[in-house]
Amino acid sequence: MEDYYFRLKGLCVGYNGKSIINDINIDIKKGEILTLIGPNGAGKSTILKSITRQLQRISGTVLMDNRDILDMSFKELSSNMAVVLTEKMKPELMTCHDVVATGRYPYTGRLGRLTKEDEKKVDEAIELVHAGGLGARDFNAISDGQRQRILLARAICQEPEIIVLDEPTSFLDVRYKLELLSILKNMANKKKITVIMSLHEIDLAMKISDKICCVKGDKIAKYGNPEDIFDAATIKELYEIDNGYFDPVFGSIELPKVQGEAEVFVISSGGSGIGVYRKLQKQNIAFSAGILYENDVDYQLAKLLAVNVITEKPFEKISDEAFEKAKKEIAKCKTVINAGVTIGSQNERIRKLLEKAQSMGKLKFSNL
Amino acid sequence: MKEKAETTAYSDYHKENMKRRFHITVVFIILIALFCTIIVYNINTGNVNISVADILRIIFLKEGDPHDINIIWRIRLPRILMAAILGGALALSGFLLQTFFENPIAGPFILGISSGAKLCVAIMMIYYVEHFGKMSSWSLVFAAFVGSMITTGFVLLVSKRIHNMAALLVAGVMIGYICNAATDFILNFSDDSDIVNLRGWTQGSFASMSWENVYFSVVLIGITFVAVFLLSKPIGAFQLGEGYAQSMGVNVKRFRVLLIMLSSILSATVTAFAGPISFVGIAVPFLIKSALKTAKPLVVIPATFLGGAVFCMICDLIARMAFAPTELTLSTVTSIFGAPVVIFMLIRRNQNRR
Repeated sequence: MEDYYFRLKGLCVGYNGKSIINDINIDIKKGEILTLIGPNGAGKSTILKSITRQLQRISGTVLMDNRDILDMSFKELSSNMAVVLTEKMKPELMTCHDVVATGRYPYTGRLGRLTKEDEKKVDEAIELVHAGGLGARDFNAISDGQRQRILLARAICQEPEIIVLDEPTSFLDVRYKLELLSILKNMANKKKITVIMSLHEIDLAMKISDKICCVKGDKIAKYGNPEDIFDAATIKELYEIDNGYFDPVFGSIELPKVQGEAEVFVISSGGSGIGVYRKLQKQNIAFSAGILYENDVDYQLAKLLAVNVITEKPFEKISDEAFEKAKKEIAKCKTVINAGVTIGSQNERIRKLLEKAQSMGKLKFSNL
Repeated sequence: MKEKAETTAYSDYHKENMKRRFHITVVFIILIALFCTIIVYNINTGNVNISVADILRIIFLKEGDPHDINIIWRIRLPRILMAAILGGALALSGFLLQTFFENPIAGPFILGISSGAKLCVAIMMIYYVEHFGKMSSWSLVFAAFVGSMITTGFVLLVSKRIHNMAALLVAGVMIGYICNAATDFILNFSDDSDIVNLRGWTQGSFASMSWENVYFSVVLIGITFVAVFLLSKPIGAFQLGEGYAQSMGVNVKRFRVLLIMLSSILSATVTAFAGPISFVGIAVPFLIKSALKTAKPLVVIPATFLGGAVFCMICDLIARMAFAPTELTLSTVTSIFGAPVVIFMLIRRNQNRR
């Protein structure tokens, strides 16, 4: 049997005795990162609140180190689990250092005075989130991103085994998002702190998590390793996306393709087409693409954005079939764009295509 | 280079911390100095002039003109002490309610809790006076406590339904009006001389305090103060919000009950002896926090108590002396000083939000 540190067994969560999400079963090991994803209002926060005992669970068990957390006193739980909540913290007249220091609460004495040791831990935590300069600043006077980092420092200096974070990246710009998540990743790797959080950014969730849990409807729609969760269909279904695509290869979100007859034919290879595709997409011009090898990076995006993609099997000579298709497509289109294609011995026929387009006066280069 | 900047930032912080500590000490020294000055000044002021030397002799040696001894020992001293103790209790009770409701404008008076206590005391008093004569301190405070708890219960019911700070306060004010109307109604139908005295009391007054009252309040409020002080740590956690408090190991449900009980004991004791007194519970904690530049319960709790004592002694002095020999009711004076502070608070909060 594997050594799981944190387990949810048949957990049902909800409000006022009414269950919203049923039968949650999750097992994670020490130092793993579990991310809850799912549409707004799906109940991610409800699950997290039940894990932290802010909400009374309806039924089932939450085991930490094989002990039900309900059997622990709040005090005991607090030295094992720290939280970063979505509820806005509005402390009166507290500096950032003061806020971080509240993380030492479970370890201080009756009157809550900090020892030298505590002070050191507070300083370390602040340094870990790169917030050194914020210590003396008023917590209410800093930006949302800085606040989020301070709250993370607070959680870190509580020295927990588990950190539970509810949407820690909302309000953060890209840089802080990445910074926050890499801090979490480091903590999970080096200090073996288990991280449970909810995220809106599925692309980041995919990259940072060891386990993903999709919350939708009254149950866990899917749970498992990110590789297994992140295929286009699952994400589309989870978020009921009907106006765009999720690209599992790059973990990116794409707007829907422009429908209709292709006006432009894009010839590219090795990523040179991506910028052109996006530009055409923005100008609302329908296009087709080819001839792309199926392992070409351009192919991944063309698949989602182009009306029509003409492909060839990797490393094969371009077949007559594909060539004819491409010629037909060029005949139909008003413009042919050479986005910068590399021509080698296997795809020499591309040159023919370019020449044909040239002779028809349709050929342009990538700068539209 | 960047590293260097950060290390200076750290030492900046610790320097700041030292500065803060120094600042807090200064505020405490000023408060204590004020406290002592006002006690002396208060004893020294009145319709009958007694020299300071005489006062000292009367207090410490108990010798001098028997008439003066009487004035000092039976009238002025208990009155001043009660003003100090009850004022402190009132301010502290306000601080606890503000923590509880996470609302800086909460206080026993504005939430109607004092009025509820008053109504309960009035009912009990009429019943007692008819059947037994005088009421003991215990039963007075007990009645006030019951009244406080009942009104607090009402306010809590309202606050559970509406999560809006302003609405909560309006509900409290309304509950206060209802209780006041009921009290007036009851008093109108009774004309016992003892009850006529009640009318002064319903506006708040530190007049005619007995030593028994003083002893009783000292013990009860003393114990409650110690209990509150020992709760500084969870109160500090609670200031961050309930969710965080719980994650820090506070049993939130139990703590909330404790907080409301302690606050009710404090405001009930005040109401039982001095009647409802307005605005002290809101204005003093605010002024103290602004002066200390921190909301740390460990320092705010004792400072608020001291501040409340000083504030009420000054107000009592003004009530006594402004139009001597006519006495103003205490709430008149506390309103004049307290209400503008509250308005100022509201304006400043609004500015901060922008």
